[in-house]
Amino acid sequence: MQVIRIEGTDDTPQVILDANPDNPIMEISGRSLPEDVVSFYEPILEWLEEYSESPLEKTILNIKLEYFNTASSKLLLDILLKLEDMADDGKDVLVRWHFPDDDEDMEEAGEEYEDIVEVPFEQISYTID
Amino acid sequence: MADTNKNNIDLDFVYDFYTKMKNNNVSFAYEGEISHEITKVFSSLAESHIAIDNESNSLKRRVFHVMIESLQNIGKHSEEKIDKNSPTDGQGIFFMSKTKNEYTITTGNSINKKEIPNLKIKLEAINSGSKMSLKKLYKEKIKKGRLSEKGGAGLGFIDIVRKTEQKLIYSFLDINEKKSYFVLTSTISRTK
Repeated sequence: MQVIRIEGTDDTPQVILDANPDNPIMEISGRSLPEDVVSFYEPILEWLEEYSESPLEKTILNIKLEYFNTASSKLLLDILLKLEDMADDGKDVLVRWHFPDDDEDMEEAGEEYEDIVEVPFEQISYTID
Repeated sequence: MADTNKNNIDLDFVYDFYTKMKNNNVSFAYEGEISHEITKVFSSLAESHIAIDNESNSLKRRVFHVMIESLQNIGKHSEEKIDKNSPTDGQGIFFMSKTKNEYTITTGNSINKKEIPNLKIKLEAINSGSKMSLKKLYKEKIKKGRLSEKGGAGLGFIDIVRKTEQKLIYSFLDINEKKSYFVLTSTISRTK
């Protein structure tokens, strides 16, 4: 499968989607408030759609966002719903939600997504220097 | 001589404006087009400004968040646009003020009067919601909602109130038969 690598900017996250079975990486990190959320997230959703047809034995998506606006929150849900579809098909799926240890709002956002979608979540706190 | 007089009037206006800003604790004021670039620049400006005041990270994040959502609201919903075809770059005003206890973010933009009844219902529902009911409303909206043509998720107001835990203050001022000026203030407590 094609690899997606998008460098992060001050308004778009870094995205790596690489289904290489030896070293798979699926990660969204940084800031998300793109000018056009739909066109930014479209290729990511398409990649997931294609990936879900023949996924790896275990799929782990790391989400490590510092900030996302409400428009992005809707698209993040769309991504998580793709993973839910895979989980419904009996696939092994895990979301690792990373949040700064002093950021209650980001922690709560992760908990809310966990409530909304039926996908196993792991909440991981980290410290910003 | 006429020119000199005109200059004097302008200078009076500047001083008057300065005094009014100071009296209202306004630290930042802007009128004009709210593009994506402007939204980003203002938000980082506010972020660094707040950092100087040694505020906590969580307060800094909340102010940043409220600014982004407020500015994007003007951009998307203002009736006044230089480029009529642009889905986002509406015109509006933007103020930020700071007192001992709070930051406030105020926006103003013109809207079509037809939108007022719906907007009022929405704002009242959000203002009268408890923490739990707003959480429920947010979840319902994010699940059911679709992004508008303008890229809005319809979650901005709910999210502001959830993050600030303060009611939105708003009013609609008459411009003419068709239009009103919509003023909205969000409050972020410095002590929470």
